[in-house]
Amino acid sequence: MFCILAFIILGSAVMCVTTKKIMRAATFLLFVLFGVAGLYFLLDYTYLAAAQISIYAGGITMMYIFAIQLVGKRTLQGMVERLRGCRIIGGMIVSVIGLATVVLVFLKNSFITSSALTDGEEVPMDVIGNALLGSDKYQYVLPFEFISVFLLACIIGGIIVARKEKETK
Amino acid sequence: MVPVEFYFVLSALLFFIGVFGFVTRRNLIAMLISIELVLNAVDINFAAFNRMLFPDGQLEGFFMSLFSIGVSAAESAVAIAIIINVYRNFHSDQVNSIENMKY
Repeated sequence: MFCILAFIILGSAVMCVTTKKIMRAATFLLFVLFGVAGLYFLLDYTYLAAAQISIYAGGITMMYIFAIQLVGKRTLQGMVERLRGCRIIGGMIVSVIGLATVVLVFLKNSFITSSALTDGEEVPMDVIGNALLGSDKYQYVLPFEFISVFLLACIIGGIIVARKEKETK
Repeated sequence: MVPVEFYFVLSALLFFIGVFGFVTRRNLIAMLISIELVLNAVDINFAAFNRMLFPDGQLEGFFMSLFSIGVSAAESAVAIAIIINVYRNFHSDQVNSIENMKY
């Protein structure tokens, strides 16, 4: 199951960054997000997977599609993007060097005990609710409230930025 | 169950696919999509580390991942607002077209 999900995620991600058409990139992004939600289901974090599907796949992808439609018809139809060779090679070098470093650190350290993930039980919903709205140690009411204020600030900021400029004078 | 290293290698691969896309693409929305790939890789890492370190009980990485999803939603909303405004002013959505504030 993990191998299928990994194949879907990595294949869709590669297609997402290499495809020319921007609409296809958004569609492949949707597949990547569903695959990541499947990984959360595999880790028995059902609530996280549901949040991933509803926020990312439901909200953010819709927003991208609307933005693509708004930005223009010329972009939609076969956006001829001049991918220069030197830039591709540079990006390739940067990613491969970084990937080699990170994978080496992950595989060669002694901190991560090389054990299979234990087949944990699903986190019960009342534990999540109590932790999310409690104010003791290891409880998260402050970030929860802070993120609501942050979302409000982002709504106002988005409206102000995207508003049509009024004709001055 | 699979070994835990598989999750880390998968998230590292996803992260650097996102970095590659961010470096190569010159379209603002495509760059934003690459950033979403990077954020998803980090969220996988948080969840996998939480499952490995705290098999029962604490939910540190769980909530970190949950709040990260919320923050990235807000971030992409503001970024799309900026992109639409840029398109309205410059009639282009390539990063090369925004050079007024470069110097």
